[in-house]
Amino acid sequence: MSVVHELATSAASRAEGLAHQRIATVVMIAFFALAPLVAYPVFLMKVMCFALFACAFNLLIGYGGLLSFGHAMFLGTAGYASAHAAKVWGFPPEFAILFGTACSALLGLVTGLLAIRRQGIYFAMITLALAQMMYFFYLQAPFTGGEDGIQAVPRGKLFGVLDLNNAWAMYSLVFAVFVGGFLLIHRAVHSPFGQVLKAIRENEPRALSLGYDVNRYKLLAYMLSATLAGLAGATKVLVFELASLTDVHWTMSGEVVLMVLLGGLGTVFGPVVGALIIISMENYLAQIGSWVTVVQGAIFVICVLTFRRGVIGELGRLIGKPL
Amino acid sequence: MEIFGIPTQALFGQLLIGLINGSFYALLSLGLAVIFGLLNIINFTHGAQYMMGAFCAYFLFTRLGIGYWWALAIAPLAVGLVGMVIERLMLARLYKLDHLYGLLLTFGLALIIQGLFPNEYGTSEIPYAMPQELSGGRNLGFMFLPNYRAWVILASIVMCLATWFVIEKTRLGSYLRAATENPALVQAFGINVPRMITLTYGFGVALAAFAGVMAAPIYQVNPLMGADLIIVVFAVVVIGGMGSIMGSIVTGFALGLIEGLTKVFYPEASNTVIFIIMAIVLMIKPAGLFGTQR
Repeated sequence: MSVVHELATSAASRAEGLAHQRIATVVMIAFFALAPLVAYPVFLMKVMCFALFACAFNLLIGYGGLLSFGHAMFLGTAGYASAHAAKVWGFPPEFAILFGTACSALLGLVTGLLAIRRQGIYFAMITLALAQMMYFFYLQAPFTGGEDGIQAVPRGKLFGVLDLNNAWAMYSLVFAVFVGGFLLIHRAVHSPFGQVLKAIRENEPRALSLGYDVNRYKLLAYMLSATLAGLAGATKVLVFELASLTDVHWTMSGEVVLMVLLGGLGTVFGPVVGALIIISMENYLAQIGSWVTVVQGAIFVICVLTFRRGVIGELGRLIGKPL
Repeated sequence: MEIFGIPTQALFGQLLIGLINGSFYALLSLGLAVIFGLLNIINFTHGAQYMMGAFCAYFLFTRLGIGYWWALAIAPLAVGLVGMVIERLMLARLYKLDHLYGLLLTFGLALIIQGLFPNEYGTSEIPYAMPQELSGGRNLGFMFLPNYRAWVILASIVMCLATWFVIEKTRLGSYLRAATENPALVQAFGINVPRMITLTYGFGVALAAFAGVMAAPIYQVNPLMGADLIIVVFAVVVIGGMGSIMGSIVTGFALGLIEGLTKVFYPEASNTVIFIIMAIVLMIKPAGLFGTQR
C-alpha cells in the first residue's frame, strides 16, 4: 500500500547493498566536513538541519509507509521550546536542544496516537490538520511572540566551555548532530525494529497475524521521526538565533515532502540530496519572490509525473545498487 | 435580551457567520467527497480552484463588465473546464499508482496556481461589489439579516441538495455510484467510465469555483483565500468521513455553526475548535461520523 512500494524493494531493504552505502556515507560525511572551506558555513548548517529533518520524514514514509503532511509541527515545536528555554530560562545550549527535542517527542506521542488510527490519504489529512491546529496555537500563545517570533536566541556555551558564537564551534555542533541523527536512523532501519516496520509496510494484515503489535510499531516509528525532526528544529533555532511561525506553517510541511520526493522516497541519501538542492534553489531564487512557490509546485508535478524515483533513486538504478 | 449572558444580537450574528462558513465548508467538502468517490484522489487543488472561481468573477466584472449573476454560471464552467484538462493531462496518468501520488500532484498544482496569482495582482485584497438586487437587508426582530448572506446560505443548501439528489436518486447518479464500486464492470456494460471520471472531476471543481464566486463579495478576493480554508475542509472531511454525500453536507453546516458558537463563548479557540473536534472524533469513531473504513 505504500507510496514507495515499488521503489523501496530496490533500496535499503537489500543487505548486500550495504558496502556501497558505507562508501557513500563516508563520502557524504567528508563532503560536509570539507565543504565549509569553500562554501558559506551558515548555508551549509541550514542544509544539514533540513537534511536531518528530511531524513526523519523519510523514516516515516520510506519505512513506515506513512505520508505525514504536518511534520512542520515538530520542527517548529522544538524550535519554540528550545528558544524559550535558552532565552527566558537561560538553559545552556545542550539542554535547550534536549528540551526542545523532548517536547517534539511528546507531541509526537500525542498526535501519533490520533493519526495512526487512519492510513493513506486520511493519515496525510489528519497530520496536516493537527499541524494547522498547532500553528494557530503558536500564533496566539503569549510566549511565541506571534508574528515576530522569538528573536535573538542566545547560542551560549556548549558544555560550559565551547562558545557557540564562534562559527566553527557552531558548525561542529550542527555537523555532529546531523551525522549522529543520520547514523541513528541508519541503525534503526537495519535493526529488528526496522525489519518489522518494513514488514508492516509491505503487508499489514500478515504482520498482524504474525503477532506483531502493528500500531505500537507505527507509533514508535512516528515518535522517532517526530523526535529527530525536533532535534533538527532545535538545532536550526540555535543556528539562526530565531524561532518563527515559518517553521510551523503548512508550507514547511510541504517543503520537506518536496525535498524527500525530489531526492528519492525511501532512499538512504535522497533526503540529504533533496535538502541540498531545495535549499540552494531557494537561496538563488530568493530575489524573485513568489516564483519560488511556482518553481516548487512545478518540481512536485514533474517528480510525480515523470521522476518518481527521485535523484538518488535514479542514480541507484543506474549503478544497479541501492543508495 | 440576553441568552447565557450573551446579547442575542451578538449570538445570532455569530450563528449567521457560522452558517455562512458552514455553507462553504459544505460545498467544498461535498466537492472533495464527489471527487474522492470516483477518483480516489484527495484534491489538494480544491482551495486554489475556489480562489480561481472568485478571481474569475472579478475578472469578468473588471475586464468585460459581466456582473455577478452571469459570473455565477460562467466561472464554475470555466474553472471546471480547466480542471477537466488537468484531469486528462495529469491525474489520469496516476490512477494505477498509490493514491498518495494524486495528493502530491494536486498539492504541487495548488502551489503553482497560488504562486502565479500574487505575482500579477499583489497579495492585497481586492473588493468585489455584491449584486444590486441583494444589497441591504431585513430586520427579523431579533437580528438584522443582510440579504446577500441569506442568499449564500439558501444557494448553498439548494446546490448541495441538488447534488445529493442527482447522485442518489437519478440514473446518472446510479452509474456514478456503480463506477465507484466497480469501474471495470460498469465499463463492461458499455458506459464510458474515463469520460465519466473527467466529468466528475470537472463537476467537483465547478462546485469549488461556485463557492468562490459566492465568497467574492463577503471575503474579498485574495490569492491565498483558499489555502487555509482547504485545511479546515480536510478536517471537516475527516470528521464526516467520505462515505456519504449527505454526511459531508450535514457535517459542513454543523461545524460552521459550532465554530460560530465558539466565537461567542470562547473566542480564543475559534480557530482550533474544528481540529479539536476532529481529534475527538478520531478517538471515538476513527472512520468518521458518516464514514465506513476502507
